[in-house]
Amino acid sequence: MESLLSFMLALLLAPLFPGIINRTKAFVAGKQGPPLLMKYYTLAKLCRKGSVYSTSSSFVFKMGPTVSFTAALMPLLFIPLAGTAPLFSFHGDVIVLFYIMGIGRFFTIAAALDTASPFEGMGAAREAFFSTLAEATIFAVLILFYRVSGSLSLADYFHGENAVSLAGPTGALLLFVIVAMFMVLLTENSRVPVDDPQTHLELTMIHEVMILDHSGPDLALIELGAFFKLLFYSVFITHLLQPPVPAGILVNGLLFYGILTLVYVAVGVTESTMARFKMNLVPKYILTSFTLVFFAAILTMGFMQ
Amino acid sequence: MDNLLQIANGEVVRRADIPDVSVETFGMTLAEFVRNGGFVVQFFAFAENGITRLLAVVRNDRLYVTSCVVGAEFPSLTGWVSEKFHMFEREIAEQYGIRPTAHPWLKMVRYHRNYSGADDVFGNDYGGEEIPGKYGCFTVEGEAIHEVAVGPVHAGIIEPGHFRFQCAGEEVLHLEIQLGYQHRGVERLLPTVPQRRLPIICEAIAGDTAIGHNLCCCQALEALAGLTVDVGARIVRTIALELERIANHLGDLGALSGDVAFNPPAAYFGRMRGDFLNLLQVLCGNRFGKGLVRPGGVAFVMGDEQRKLIAAKLEEITPQVKNVCDLLFSAHTVQARFENTGIVSREMAEDLGLVGYAGRACGLPYDARVAFPSECYAELPHNTNQMTSGDVYSRATVRREEIMHSLALIELLLQRPETTAKAMMMEERRLAADSLVVTINEGWRGEIAHCVLTGADGAIVRYKVKDPSFHNWTGLAMSLRNQGISDFPLCNKSYNLSYCGFDL
Repeated sequence: MESLLSFMLALLLAPLFPGIINRTKAFVAGKQGPPLLMKYYTLAKLCRKGSVYSTSSSFVFKMGPTVSFTAALMPLLFIPLAGTAPLFSFHGDVIVLFYIMGIGRFFTIAAALDTASPFEGMGAAREAFFSTLAEATIFAVLILFYRVSGSLSLADYFHGENAVSLAGPTGALLLFVIVAMFMVLLTENSRVPVDDPQTHLELTMIHEVMILDHSGPDLALIELGAFFKLLFYSVFITHLLQPPVPAGILVNGLLFYGILTLVYVAVGVTESTMARFKMNLVPKYILTSFTLVFFAAILTMGFMQ
Repeated sequence: MDNLLQIANGEVVRRADIPDVSVETFGMTLAEFVRNGGFVVQFFAFAENGITRLLAVVRNDRLYVTSCVVGAEFPSLTGWVSEKFHMFEREIAEQYGIRPTAHPWLKMVRYHRNYSGADDVFGNDYGGEEIPGKYGCFTVEGEAIHEVAVGPVHAGIIEPGHFRFQCAGEEVLHLEIQLGYQHRGVERLLPTVPQRRLPIICEAIAGDTAIGHNLCCCQALEALAGLTVDVGARIVRTIALELERIANHLGDLGALSGDVAFNPPAAYFGRMRGDFLNLLQVLCGNRFGKGLVRPGGVAFVMGDEQRKLIAAKLEEITPQVKNVCDLLFSAHTVQARFENTGIVSREMAEDLGLVGYAGRACGLPYDARVAFPSECYAELPHNTNQMTSGDVYSRATVRREEIMHSLALIELLLQRPETTAKAMMMEERRLAADSLVVTINEGWRGEIAHCVLTGADGAIVRYKVKDPSFHNWTGLAMSLRNQGISDFPLCNKSYNLSYCGFDL
């Protein structure tokens, strides 16, 4: 029951957190910034609108948003939230989940290609390339976690007695993972320095350019899916940072959301303090995150025999 | 040099004194001049009493003019001598239906019916449903080539223009820029309106260069009407031109910063641009300086109150400008984006005849304020820049230096005690008959040149306008050669050229 409530709460709060990023950026830039609830207003606005479909697009275009939304929602069912056990869990669920997210991306890309717009094809090519590289990092993390915890499920990693944590015996290695996963978070969620969520310049976009032709409720689904995806990665990092406190669910829950907020603030600060990379430097950046985790994985071989 | 008449910026010459040579001599003279390091300021056709002539204004460190009678065609100088003639010859072909023979890439400039009623050189029928953009772009063939078409309708608040990229993956092989969507017929309109409307129309040639273009127009009218401008008015005009420069440069530095997703300077610069526009409002009540410059002086006297307001604001804002510039230019992620992006070599820039900061960033030091000083510029210190690698970083650095230089100029000018005697209002004045005047000013984008020809009754027979963008658009296209297509917005913003200034 509390798992379900916790899940519902997380879904409800997902659009709030990007508002925190925007407020952080606005604060650094000396501006007031949009209201914290801006994303809710946007979603409500989009849902009231109708969708427009190009006559040259097919059912693939219409499928894209639904599938990508579902694919973004699924991982939240499997990851522990605010100290509660996840709704579902089985051995090997992490691998399934990352591939489900892959399916979501596949359909987003297919929908983008379906429009036959040169912009969207360009964005799709970039997205496919960069997320393939990011996958290397993610699987290096999974290998590391498997060595540390002997498990392949998110519930085992982040919930219960043997949770992977900075305070644990392998905590030092997790520093690498935290940095690497933060880099992956920025990549996968099209944040600066890889992509710029605020730009209106199609030629420089990666993710945004693929959804240019979507409108109304379709766009709302895509946006909401993007919030869920960002939430999933942020929760992943939050779990790594959260110290185990032998206290009630309320304290742990508050602590969880506190750290989660800090992760989002960190995204905002990163975006305010650096410019985007040149497109040809992005692969190097992603592979750096892979190298960090891979190094950590090598280290485990030393003292975990 | 026998076939060239030396003239001065803003001084009337009698048309009878302008050399009138044969088309061949005309071409040879220009070819020799440009080959010896000369640049083209104006090159256009005009028709009078059934005779069409070509007239060219060229510069090295002085200004020269020459002309010839032309028939239905003339030998193109573009492929033979220099790219500097390229756009001018296309414009002549479009405006008067005169074909430059052997022009390497003859195509439309602004898509309009020609003035002379001759057959359209490009075979377009403007009575039908011709629209701007009817043109088969240059294409690159190949399996791996893809074409990206951007515009004419863009995201964001910019003017219409069509950009066609031929790409191999992320790399741009060729960019073709097709403009003309904003053509309003300014040059045709100007000779037909009452004199009092001239400054108002010139202020609207390019909205961000209201003072620059209007200054050229007013200086031309002053020269033709024999008016003198007192020192007080000249000070105000100079301050206004520099304020316009600062506001635009600041806005563009902010936009450059926004384009690389470095937000804080974008926000700060955006606010400061507003501060400088507000200073123009202090001068004349309009944030873009419209209605300030009028033939004979300025329409608003700068009193002690305005002086104090401007001086106080400058004192407050100058350190801020410095700090935010430091923030932008010292961020290594920003440097990584700016450096080696969109490079135009010095040779290329010279061949294209780039002007303004685009030229100076490539190592062409030409600054009309130094070479052909008008207003107070002869008495003011010059700006020099060391950063000349021709990339986005150089263009941004030149702008930064120009901002600081302009701030210093305004400070100097504010210390001068002279105040103009009275506000000038627009009046109809008799203009010198059968005369030519060329006025050149360094607008914030670079050399703005207006050329006015009057007829036997003193009426304007031809009014030629050239915005610096006319030279520099080709520079942008060359910047993109072998660049990542994702760097286009950055390169574009580093030039920030005018669409309506080009389209007229």
